[in-house]
Amino acid sequence: MSDATRIAENARRADIRNRWWLTAPALFILFVAAIGPLLVVLLYSFMLKGDFGDVKYGQFSLDGWFSVFFERDIFDDTVGIAEAHVSILWRSVKLSLITTLLTLFIGFPTAYYISIQEPRRRDLLVFMVTIPFWTNILIRTFAMQEVVRNEGVINTLLVWSGIVDRPIQIMYTDWAIFFGMVYVYLPLMVLPLYASMEKIDFRLVEAGYDLYAGRFQVLRRVIIPLVKPGIVAGSILVFIPSLGAYVTPRVLGGGKNLMLGNLIDLQFGQGKNWPLGSALSITLLVIVTVALLFYVRNASKSGGGHGH
Amino acid sequence: MKTMLRAAVAGVSLLLGVGTALAEGELQIYNWGNYTSPELVKKFEEKYKVKVSITDYDSNDTALAKVRAGGTGFDIAIPSGNFLPVWISEGLILEARPDQMENFKNLREDFVNPPFDPGRHYSVPWLWGTYGVAVNTKHYSGDIDTWKVIFDPPDELKGKINIVPEMGDAIYAAMTYTGGTYCSGDKEMLKKARDVLLAAKPHWMSMEYATQEPMVKGDMLATSDWNGSVLRQRLVNPDIRYGFPREGTFIWQDTVVILKEAKNVENAKLFINFIMDPENAAMNSAFARYANAINGSEPFMPEDMKGAPELGLPDFMKGKTIFSVACPPDVVELYTKIWTDVMK
Repeated sequence: MSDATRIAENARRADIRNRWWLTAPALFILFVAAIGPLLVVLLYSFMLKGDFGDVKYGQFSLDGWFSVFFERDIFDDTVGIAEAHVSILWRSVKLSLITTLLTLFIGFPTAYYISIQEPRRRDLLVFMVTIPFWTNILIRTFAMQEVVRNEGVINTLLVWSGIVDRPIQIMYTDWAIFFGMVYVYLPLMVLPLYASMEKIDFRLVEAGYDLYAGRFQVLRRVIIPLVKPGIVAGSILVFIPSLGAYVTPRVLGGGKNLMLGNLIDLQFGQGKNWPLGSALSITLLVIVTVALLFYVRNASKSGGGHGH
Repeated sequence: MKTMLRAAVAGVSLLLGVGTALAEGELQIYNWGNYTSPELVKKFEEKYKVKVSITDYDSNDTALAKVRAGGTGFDIAIPSGNFLPVWISEGLILEARPDQMENFKNLREDFVNPPFDPGRHYSVPWLWGTYGVAVNTKHYSGDIDTWKVIFDPPDELKGKINIVPEMGDAIYAAMTYTGGTYCSGDKEMLKKARDVLLAAKPHWMSMEYATQEPMVKGDMLATSDWNGSVLRQRLVNPDIRYGFPREGTFIWQDTVVILKEAKNVENAKLFINFIMDPENAAMNSAFARYANAINGSEPFMPEDMKGAPELGLPDFMKGKTIFSVACPPDVVELYTKIWTDVMK
């Protein structure tokens, strides 16, 4: 082996070593803060439940996983699909989908409006979008109560303007939940959308018009394909936390119907069934991951090729 | 400027943990949120030159899980009586023998021998209360001393009813209403209770812990609730009344215990003796709005709590109350299933 190749080889090794050293802190944090606790949850889901919460350490059991999907009817002892869990899961998915669509419909024009302003005004508007993040989500949700209550802002306005003669019940209904969810997650949709739109070369839009495209066609054939990465990113950022949403449905929805997050909370709290709670958490995680993979793959498949 | 300076100094000293420079020791209390009278704590701090710090929890399950995990640094915890057998059997509590303390003589006789701690070797009552219904009588003037208000409500209240989503309490109420025995795993009884819950749910507006605001403002017209909470509501809105369900209800009490891992056992003992003093017990009640179990505290109670109808038990409830108990694990599992079914 010549000196030159040896030196090159050594340099390459040193380079690899350095990279490992440099990524070590990140890997360490990832393991300790993310993967480690998840492993604990995974382990708990395979243990026997303790009598009053906790688990019986080292006692393996599939009961937790069994009860995620199946239930033994407590009255006639027949085993069937855990219908309650399925309907709670479906409610959470439905809520997340609707929230994602609503934030997209409101967020898209908002982001577009911001992106066509002159730069200084643009910065100010983006800054204003982030203002809600300065306050804790719980406080914002309780503030929302004041808006939707029977004597809250909306109802006072409606009654004052004569549209209705008595307050309408919004608080503790699904409307209140949607209202709260859209409010809480809207910035997460607007910001990535804006990031994509900001990069649009508006000469392309002009070119579209020059080629006799209508407004709708320009939107559909030019703008939407260009901001697709923003739409995907925004939707993911809204959909995933919505799926596990806990505070908003609890505070605004009146807690009559469980969401997935509340069901998990019930198992760790009053239900005293930690293995089932752990198994439900992992199930949620798997669903999110699968949805994410599916979504990202689809998005990249149809997203490429346009505008290049 | 002067106040600002003083505030700054106070802030810094708080940060350095030297708030009471003369402190001869510390006491760490782990209690339910918004449940510890600041005046009571201040009085204790000044009397014994002890620095007290308080940490909040929001449920018995949270408290148990945290203390069980260990290393909390807490000296005193205040779990509900029905959870106490678990705490004792898992060896979390010190057998501090409060029954031999000086002020123990003040304890009401009916609280000396609870089923969860006979003879009081481990615990003394903090505050106690009953579970019942709150009704806005401006909108419904009928009989309110019944669980019927929640489970088979009159038309005036339908759609404006809340039930506090405390699983055990709600199922207890439903079982008592249908003539069952609490903590029973009897399928017939459970089925009746479940059917009542399922049939009543469409009439409910919400299942919320936070009842004060909506009750007072009339968004909510009836709710299951604890007596002290209803007292607070009535003081703001005089139309609200507390109903004692004649089908039966339970008496709960939160109990003060010293943890085995406590570092300041002597201070903790001082504190337990301290709160059994009538004047101090009244301070505690005045803050949380629940009754205490100390004889002679009545004269020290605030005016609006003296003889408050919510705090006692009317004659027709004699023999219709039980001390709240924790159900066995297999029964809890059945209850969780019913509860999930109701809330799916």
